[in-house]
Amino acid sequence: MSISIRNVSKQFGDFVALDDVSLEVPTGSLVALLGPSGSGKSTLLRIVAGLERPDAGAVHIADEDVTGHAPQERGIGFVFQHYAAFKHMTVYDNVAFGLKIRKRPRAEIRGRVHELLELVQLEGFASRYPAQLSGGQRQRMGLARALAVDPKVLLLDEPFGALDAQVRKELRVWLRRLHDETHTTTVIVTHDQEEAMEVAETVAVMNRGKIEQVAGPVELYEHPANEFVMEFVGAVNRLGDAFVRPHDIELSLVPNGTTREAMVVRVVHLGFDVRVELVRDDGEAISAQLTRDEAAALELREGQIVYVRPTRQTTFVRD
Amino acid sequence: MPLRSLGLRGVAIGYLVVILLGPLSMVFWRTFEHGFGQAWEAISAPGSVHAFELTLIIAAIAVPANTVFGVVCALAVVRGRFRGKGLVNAFVDLPLALSPVVVGLSLFLLYGRGGWFYGLFADHGIQILFALPSMVLATIFVSVPFVAREVVPTLREIGNEQEQAAHTLGASGWQTFWRITLPSIRWAVVYGVVLTTARCLGEFGAVAVVSGHVEGKTETATLRVQDLYENFNLPGAYAISLVLAAMAVIVLVTMTVIRPREEIA
Repeated sequence: MSISIRNVSKQFGDFVALDDVSLEVPTGSLVALLGPSGSGKSTLLRIVAGLERPDAGAVHIADEDVTGHAPQERGIGFVFQHYAAFKHMTVYDNVAFGLKIRKRPRAEIRGRVHELLELVQLEGFASRYPAQLSGGQRQRMGLARALAVDPKVLLLDEPFGALDAQVRKELRVWLRRLHDETHTTTVIVTHDQEEAMEVAETVAVMNRGKIEQVAGPVELYEHPANEFVMEFVGAVNRLGDAFVRPHDIELSLVPNGTTREAMVVRVVHLGFDVRVELVRDDGEAISAQLTRDEAAALELREGQIVYVRPTRQTTFVRD
Repeated sequence: MPLRSLGLRGVAIGYLVVILLGPLSMVFWRTFEHGFGQAWEAISAPGSVHAFELTLIIAAIAVPANTVFGVVCALAVVRGRFRGKGLVNAFVDLPLALSPVVVGLSLFLLYGRGGWFYGLFADHGIQILFALPSMVLATIFVSVPFVAREVVPTLREIGNEQEQAAHTLGASGWQTFWRITLPSIRWAVVYGVVLTTARCLGEFGAVAVVSGHVEGKTETATLRVQDLYENFNLPGAYAISLVLAAMAVIVLVTMTVIRPREEIA
């Protein structure tokens, strides 16, 4: 079911959390709200869930105006960053909670819970307590719990933010697969651009209570709407008024007409990628990204003089 | 074992022995000094039985009242958003700072002849002072803080995410309270109830002021101890004291036993 956010504003005291924000989330899509902390992304998600009330504006879920509705009446599933597991209940009872509240027949609840535990790969953990699970398992339980009530929309608030890098990556892939199977309209909040680009088909970049750009990952990276988006989605060098991605810096050992002289300050090996930190002759620090083979061919070492040239750069018209 | 740790342990145990266990064991010793029969006689005397009954009746009213109030108050202080929250929080502690005698006196001034509420009840023939109502009120007053004091930090610690999660899953406020909030704070409530009970059983000062001290009518167990003591019935006073002490110990031990291991830390 679709979500429609219309001209929503929210203030906490003097702090403007959301400033006239509008966003359409089409039925069956997976949209990421991406932004730094304090950008208003979590507040927006909580307003969709009914956990916060907007000062102005409206929220529609499945073409129904739910602005005045309590969270209970919205038909949502919500997943919290810190799991919000019911600590005094077993995994089974956690997942069954929403169904018990709805007074579903016991047999139906049992069937549904086991089906969900299988989906989130926790079949053997039904009688455990949350304290006996790892962070990743707890969050999968949180997802199963939210999905149990067949929500119209699934809302995830930094769901993998409290997990370590490896588990994060696994759960991302898994969440994407889950969405491809269930097609539940989903909004995920994250401050991790890689996570947003990997999981979502549409990314809304937020900054200071406003949405800067709504686009697919490719469009966002190739055609950022402004300087903020350019800087937030991926690393960038700022050379005067121009922005250059590190992989768009070409290094050579001999100068030609368009190159500038620079000194290698540091060579960082990141597996397939090699990051080279340089200082240009005018004192500007530059970061370049090479493949392992390219770096090896240049035989880069610290203190070496090389010649750099941006192969592609972006400039923005200032307001 | 390092010497310093031994020293610390010695101080802690020594202090407890001198201040707590010593006097208590003296009561125990004196009670049975002249045999079990004499002690039993003092305990089973009609005046004593009535005094115990009255103490239990007062506790049976005051403890549930303060449990409900304590939980509601803690929820208001931690979860509520209203002006004067800090003031409520501070006032809950007032009985801890205030001498029980002052509490008794204030009730005397309110419900006594010429007090604000005197006419209200006297017109309907309801006796407040020198009767059960004032004794219950005095006991409630002095035992207000315990449940709230135990529950407030626990509520803060668990946060409100579990409650919000329950809301998103369709649970009403009432369902969320019974299924999520209360189970999460249950040990704090139990502990608060235990402390409240102990305080109610042992209350003396405030009740002494408002009760009128009539044997067989408005005499609680603690007042009975004083009464017997002043009438030179020392074995009697010791015996009642012992029962009071035993009740307190039983309450505390019960709680320690039923409280799950991992939650003690």
